[in-house]
Amino acid sequence: MGAFRVIPCLDVDQGWVVKGVRFQQLQAMDRPVVLAQRYRNEGADELVILDVSASVEGRLAQRATVAAVAEVLDIPLTVGGGVRGVDDALELLAAGADKVAVNTAAVADPSILERLAQCVGRQAVVLAIDARRREGGWEVVTHGGRRPTGRDALAWAREGVERGAGEILLTSVDQDGTGAGFDNALLAAVRQVVSVPIIASGGGTRVEDFVEAFRAGADAGLAASIFHRQQTTVNQLKQRLAAYGVPVRWEEAWMAQG
Amino acid sequence: MTVTVVDLQVGNIPNVVRAFTRLGCQVRVTAQPEEVRASRVLVLPGVGAAPAAVASLARDGLGGAVQEAVGAGAWLLGICLGHQLLFEELWEFGRHRGLGLLAGVVAPLPEGVRSPHMGWAKIHALRADFASLHGRWFYFVHSFVALPQVTDLVAVADHDGHEICAVVRRQRVIGVQFHPEKSGPEGEAFLREFCEMVA
Repeated sequence: MGAFRVIPCLDVDQGWVVKGVRFQQLQAMDRPVVLAQRYRNEGADELVILDVSASVEGRLAQRATVAAVAEVLDIPLTVGGGVRGVDDALELLAAGADKVAVNTAAVADPSILERLAQCVGRQAVVLAIDARRREGGWEVVTHGGRRPTGRDALAWAREGVERGAGEILLTSVDQDGTGAGFDNALLAAVRQVVSVPIIASGGGTRVEDFVEAFRAGADAGLAASIFHRQQTTVNQLKQRLAAYGVPVRWEEAWMAQG
Repeated sequence: MTVTVVDLQVGNIPNVVRAFTRLGCQVRVTAQPEEVRASRVLVLPGVGAAPAAVASLARDGLGGAVQEAVGAGAWLLGICLGHQLLFEELWEFGRHRGLGLLAGVVAPLPEGVRSPHMGWAKIHALRADFASLHGRWFYFVHSFVALPQVTDLVAVADHDGHEICAVVRRQRVIGVQFHPEKSGPEGEAFLREFCEMVA
């Protein structure tokens, strides 16, 4: 198996990186390009940009932001926010994204996953699932966690992969922004039903959180504020993961960047 | 130095162009056979399905121009699908004829390993052609893999317990299954070494 990936996430609103608690109370932080370059130099394995207000406002993620980041970035870039169809996906790929994440639109019309996979290949299609705990399992929610859908998260993950998703970005809305660790039960449950890579998202703060996500079956761990606020650098986190026996991509030279 | 990127209209061109531009190269993107024929350093990128790329090579004699340039002493770097096109045949949705610059075929990843192979893998160099390769991590995205002649094999990568072809070279023809333009500082170091080699 490959290395466990560490993925900083840039939640972008109007060209600025923001980070809220439980998807609400957005705070302005920094310019995406500045952070993208810093994380690349620190040994990030991939970068995710989510345009957090795109779906809510019914528009596509800002092409200018994607293009500006792609200009300086030479690691894989996933972009999500407002992707409603194949044309939107092509526009983001043309702007420099390597993969597109689709969430709200896929819940509304799951066949978008088949069309995307046929057009750009499943390796470029990421299904973003926002899940919230409920009696006996997890429910899919959309619109930044504001709207329940009634869908069971495990059934949706399985269906999404059957339809064409090549990867799942799995966010626990309960854990997101709390710093209380990933929802490892959710990760383990989804791992049981799909074989594509799973990116753990929501609540990861300490190195132990990432270790537990790896043990629960995640292929990657995504986090935002711990990196933005410089509680840890990407290379420090990866060095400590390696000490726990988690296989990570690691180069000594990165420590000079810390 | 001028690098000519052969445009097969199968994606990924801007990232490759940016990577060489960052290294100070002049980059020309072309689908014109006469420009390809006149080039000293060629890069053949590619993402996606083999049939479309093979069709692009056949169109307007672009593949023939690449073969002629190499015959006349040009350097050629194939990346991912571009690397697979260097071989004789690609077994993907049928059998397709490649450029035949390297002996061997391209086949699906072995039974029982994860496909597509997406992610970072560590390189084990079998030869010392490139100092920037051994023990470093590079980014892969592919479902098919080259089965080269062993004398052309420069480096392998570990994927799901299998050693897969990562880098090949025969004289001035070099192929890499990974994406150096997406492999961060290590990818940049590899491309720099390539540029120094061909300068």
